[in-house]
Amino acid sequence: MQSIIQYFVLLPFIGFIISLLIPRKNEKLLSNIIVYLVGLHFISFIGFVGYWLYIGHPLIDFKNLVLFESSGYEFFIDFYFDKVTVVYMTVGSFLTFLVTIYCSYYLHREEGYKRFFNTIMFFYTGYNLTVFAGNLETLFVGWEILGISSFLLIAFYRDRYLPVKNAFKVFSIYRLGDVGLILAMWACHHLFHENITFFQLKHDLLVNEHLESHTLIGIFVAIMILITAAAKSAQLPFSSWLPRAMEGPTPSSAIFYGSLSVHLGAFLLLRTYVLWEHQTSVRILIGLLGLTTSIVATGIARVQSSIKSQIAYSSISQIGLIFIELACGFEILSLIHFAGNAFLRTYQLLVSPSVVSYLIREQFYNFVPRPKSIEDSFSKKIKYTFYMLSLKEFNLDTLMYQLWRPLKIMGKSLNFINKKNVLYYFIPAYVIGIALLINEDYIPKQIHDYLPTLFSFIGFAMVLKSYTERKNVHLAWVLIIMNHFWIALAISFNEHYMYTQSLLYLSGIVVMGTVGHFTIKKLKAIETHVDLNQFNGHAYEHPKFAFVFLLSCLGLTGFPITPTFIGEDIIFTHIHEDQVALAFFTTSSLIIDGIAAIRIYARVFMGPHVKTYHESAFKSS
Amino acid sequence: MGTHNSSSFNEHDALHELRHFLPAQAPLKDFIHHNTLHAFQNLKWDKALIRAEKMFGYKVSLSLDEYRNLYKAKRIKQENLERVIAERKGKESLVLWLNKTLTKDYDISTSPRIGALRHFWKSQYHINLDSVTHPKIFRILCSYLDQGISIWKFPVHEKGFLTSLREIEKNSSASIFKSKRVKKLFLETRCEIGSLLDILIGDEKLYKQYIFDQQFAHQGWSGMVCSIEDQPQSLLDPKKISLQELIILESLLEIDTLDSKLGENWAPLSHKLLGTPLDLFAPVETTELSEVLSIFQNAYEWTYYDNVLSGLKAVTPEPKKLATSFQAMFCIDDRECSLRRYIELNDHDCETFGTPGFFTVEFFFKPEHGKFYSKLCPAPVTPKYLIKEIDTKSVRKKDVHFTNQTHSLLRGWLISQTLGFWSALRLFLNIFRPTMSPATAHSFNHMDQFSQLTIENKDPKDIENGLQIGFNVDEMTTRVEALLKSIGLVKDFAPIIYVIGHGSSSVNNPHYAGYDCGACSGRPGSVNARVMCYMANKKEVREKLKQNGITIPETTQFLGGLHDTSRDEIAFFDENSLSPGNQDSHQRNKLTFSKSLDSNAKERSRRLVSIDTHLTAEKIHEKVKTRSVSIFEPRPELNHATNTLCIVGSRELTKGLFLDRRAFMNSYDYRIDPEGKILAGIMKPLGPVCGGINLEYFFSRVDNHKLGAGTKLPHNVMGLFGVANGIDGDLRPGLPLQMVEVHDPIRLLIIVEHFPNVVLSTIKSFDPMYEWFINEWINLIAVDPETKQFFLFKEGSFVPYEPISQTVETVKDMTPIIEKTLDNIPVYLVK
Repeated sequence: MQSIIQYFVLLPFIGFIISLLIPRKNEKLLSNIIVYLVGLHFISFIGFVGYWLYIGHPLIDFKNLVLFESSGYEFFIDFYFDKVTVVYMTVGSFLTFLVTIYCSYYLHREEGYKRFFNTIMFFYTGYNLTVFAGNLETLFVGWEILGISSFLLIAFYRDRYLPVKNAFKVFSIYRLGDVGLILAMWACHHLFHENITFFQLKHDLLVNEHLESHTLIGIFVAIMILITAAAKSAQLPFSSWLPRAMEGPTPSSAIFYGSLSVHLGAFLLLRTYVLWEHQTSVRILIGLLGLTTSIVATGIARVQSSIKSQIAYSSISQIGLIFIELACGFEILSLIHFAGNAFLRTYQLLVSPSVVSYLIREQFYNFVPRPKSIEDSFSKKIKYTFYMLSLKEFNLDTLMYQLWRPLKIMGKSLNFINKKNVLYYFIPAYVIGIALLINEDYIPKQIHDYLPTLFSFIGFAMVLKSYTERKNVHLAWVLIIMNHFWIALAISFNEHYMYTQSLLYLSGIVVMGTVGHFTIKKLKAIETHVDLNQFNGHAYEHPKFAFVFLLSCLGLTGFPITPTFIGEDIIFTHIHEDQVALAFFTTSSLIIDGIAAIRIYARVFMGPHVKTYHESAFKSS
Repeated sequence: MGTHNSSSFNEHDALHELRHFLPAQAPLKDFIHHNTLHAFQNLKWDKALIRAEKMFGYKVSLSLDEYRNLYKAKRIKQENLERVIAERKGKESLVLWLNKTLTKDYDISTSPRIGALRHFWKSQYHINLDSVTHPKIFRILCSYLDQGISIWKFPVHEKGFLTSLREIEKNSSASIFKSKRVKKLFLETRCEIGSLLDILIGDEKLYKQYIFDQQFAHQGWSGMVCSIEDQPQSLLDPKKISLQELIILESLLEIDTLDSKLGENWAPLSHKLLGTPLDLFAPVETTELSEVLSIFQNAYEWTYYDNVLSGLKAVTPEPKKLATSFQAMFCIDDRECSLRRYIELNDHDCETFGTPGFFTVEFFFKPEHGKFYSKLCPAPVTPKYLIKEIDTKSVRKKDVHFTNQTHSLLRGWLISQTLGFWSALRLFLNIFRPTMSPATAHSFNHMDQFSQLTIENKDPKDIENGLQIGFNVDEMTTRVEALLKSIGLVKDFAPIIYVIGHGSSSVNNPHYAGYDCGACSGRPGSVNARVMCYMANKKEVREKLKQNGITIPETTQFLGGLHDTSRDEIAFFDENSLSPGNQDSHQRNKLTFSKSLDSNAKERSRRLVSIDTHLTAEKIHEKVKTRSVSIFEPRPELNHATNTLCIVGSRELTKGLFLDRRAFMNSYDYRIDPEGKILAGIMKPLGPVCGGINLEYFFSRVDNHKLGAGTKLPHNVMGLFGVANGIDGDLRPGLPLQMVEVHDPIRLLIIVEHFPNVVLSTIKSFDPMYEWFINEWINLIAVDPETKQFFLFKEGSFVPYEPISQTVETVKDMTPIIEKTLDNIPVYLVK
């Protein structure tokens, strides 16, 4: 019976692959296949849940696939099935089924009909993987898919400026949340000395012992998970991304940002409940975060004058309450609340265009010129201040922008890293680094200890420069590749391990890096204007290039399409728990790598087209 | 800072001009079609288009490739292309220009002048002002103007936009601005535009161009502010705001942004210019490409026009039969064109008429329990009358999904865990079994079918807010007489005369008002139809009409109705008032209507891919009804898409002609109007109404991104008055893609049945009317009623016109053609 679970994950993936293969023109065939597949998924899942309840709802753990194994390390895909899975999957499957039917009509004749269904299926694959995940590694794979497909859905109207800008903004915040998850995985590995499954967490008495004897690491893990959850569920201070994600077609906003995607933060907390359950301080923190968010978000929601941002902030404030419920240990209540909130917001967003005729009619019959609100009982000063703050979303969006500023300033100060210097200094430096590695034994220990940090710092500088480069696309691309090489070198100094692990890590980088390199080269041969100073929008004429380059970006960011993503995980296991600086530089590098690569993709291929021979929208629209 | 004394910058004039160019779309509830490029209407069509393109970067025609494809598909005929070239360039240049139009390569990229000056902020100061100022401005504006989305409303209102903002700014610890200097400027000075531009720009010669650049960076919002400033009554919750205030706030925010990035000492923009920026207002040159496009456009239009004119020639006039079963008046609207055809086909003894759907009765309407009046007549008219609804029977249903409670913290907590599951069920039902719900904008809800109306004024002192309640007998008589004369119905009255207004039903459609009757200011025409019938049935009115020479037999009764154009349903009003004899024939006529509505639904369905056109008319009709209430259907109907024609004349001119729902049709009898006095009344609104519709579709189609609203799928409702993409985008005036994608951008051709000299003096009698024709925004042909010869209006006079003849096929039944054709269908003669 256990093995059935994997088919639920497989089905959307098959749908995704099929949707890629169907020709663009064939709308009907495409939507029919998707609707039937998702329908089948929904019905069979409900059937399975029935059966599962019948047999006494046991917890199911299913070790699916070992992707990599070496002494003391195993990377495997694992699935898990409990009541949390049931609730999240039922809601997700039901809504996805209905919304795909909705979209098959709603998107008729839309440019990008196929791309939309591709992205939806990709998203749904990620959702299934996340919800069924039995260990943090599997969950992370799903999580990454969700991140990238969210980016693609928000930027669905890729030839307009604002969707692309906002998609990138949201992606950056997601990526930031991913740090938490990577570090939590790292810490867990050191805590348990294996890739532990959720099933083990729940049942192994060892867990508690481990946690109790390593309280600090335990708290660290919990806080990292909280950061990830807060970012995904748009809790403070990340909240401002959610309304800005409402750039795609209304049904996609409804299902993903109204319901499924945004509740995954709460899911993560539910999943990792055991990890923080006994840490009162963390529980208080979660509760306070939820409380503050729900109050602030309610305030912001009350002043919103656009329908989608109003629903977005209302949803955030309800998720804040869900966080409180979780902190109090009301698991069942939080699940009911999740389901109700998800349905409500999806439906509200779907019928949001009707709000004009409905409310105007209501107003026509029931108009009250100046309705009193609670705030009228406040003093003028407090009232106006609170209004102004709510209108400005408590400066949350500015805050998010400020967050990246130090990186931008640092990146800009790295102007000496240019094409020439890379060629004449950094590549030779790397060769020296390798030479040192080969002759490692001759290096004095005092120096040797500093080398990993030094090299990871150089790598970090590379990627910072890439992130802020405005002119040379090639340079930005090469710098990301070099960053990975420096990291590999740094870690190789850190611990002795099989060089095959480094190869595993770098294999994807090299292949995808080369593919990306040649894509840009070829594009540059055709187009005169390719830079990073503005959006170029080349996907308009070169959608195939855009697709290939997107794949290379994914490869380069450790996305689960090359062995690099396993390599990344292994690399982390070689960082010791007391090496804060090394861990910091390595994690930051990986995070900014992703942002820098997607930035190149967005600037070169998305946004308003640099050529003006066809209609294009105003920048502000 | 002192006041600004300027010599070369005249704020008043500059604002006046700016206002003229901004989009003039009213809030959504009053959506009325208008010429998108109205600001250029004082220029000849070709010149206007080139200028609009160069100044603002609009795409104003199809692309060269699109035209060439139309030529390959024979939708632009070679003969017509050659004729246009020969007329413009002379016969000797035919080969040369054929070559240019059909094969030559052109650089078709564009670089508009707008924004050139303001671009220097980015290139010289490396600051992207828009990304900082736009979200703030849009947010403040939207909250201030909001009509009912926000729960906590803008706290200060009464005193106007900037005064309210100042009041908040003064008493709040959180400021809109970052820079102390700007805050001080805002609170302590008068903030004249000139003085602010002194800081920002520093060279008066550039001020006007700068505010154009600034406001056209978000023309949607600026246009909305202008529209509300001009017509505060277009908002139910009125707001005081002006374009001037918007510019002041935006300039302050610009200074604020610059201050916070550069400190308080930065050089004004004019000091850092590289060369003189392109002058926005400089004359525009005609290019060879623009000539080629213009030739193509004309050839495209005349290929179609000639097809229609050939059709008109093919109609063999039959002696007019007396209508013995009934007569029916419909709106001039192009969507009624096919329904009339089916009604005539199903009952050979009836007669139909077309006239603007407010049926010459203009008034405000107050539904029972309503807090406001809605205007039910063409937008430019301001009525002096009020009609009230009483004795309503229906109850309005509510939908909790739209209420504020779902957004509050604690009630939201309860609601999401209870109502949330109800939402899931609702969603399920809405997808598998769509039905009418409170969210639907349903035309039949405009007025309760069984209510009473206060149509008659019994006492002249019966006045509410300056409006007379109801009409007195004289006023009624004038209106009935005017209506009957304008459509030429002054004798041979049938026993029942139907007066049928129209409206539309849709759900999830913020542009719903654009689907209703334009002649009723974007509302359904049910009340007007009922009011007109009441008047025409009134004994005293009949007597007065008799004195004026119009004798309506006592047995003749007028009966009002409303045609829902998306659902293809007709509701009749006051059916009980019919005499027993008429009641019987009415029941028979209802079958005719019902059958015709089925056929009409079937004809419409050929453009709706989700419906199989081969099904029976009844089945299709059911599907069409379901479609109108489906939340996932962005096209409840196609509205005015494909409109191209307006025919003013008797039905005999077009009877039996299949015009594919592309014609506005206004009935008119030249014989009772030899001097064209009635004609002037008919033609005056044709420009703004039909021309407005036609050109809004035209421009929204050729540049859906800049002149239209783009695809409606990502639209977000802003403050109930506009739509935008996402939460911080500019408002999107114009028509969404889903409304215009099947539209062919062809200018309106008005065909008038009268002598050319009468038509000429008619159009010359009113300058704004003449402008439409002399500047070629509408094409005009007069048909000599006696010789049937066509006369084309060209550069101020009528010249005989002979169409390039096209064969017009005669068929018995259009159904097979309708079933197999998705595109536009050429003119057929149905016999």
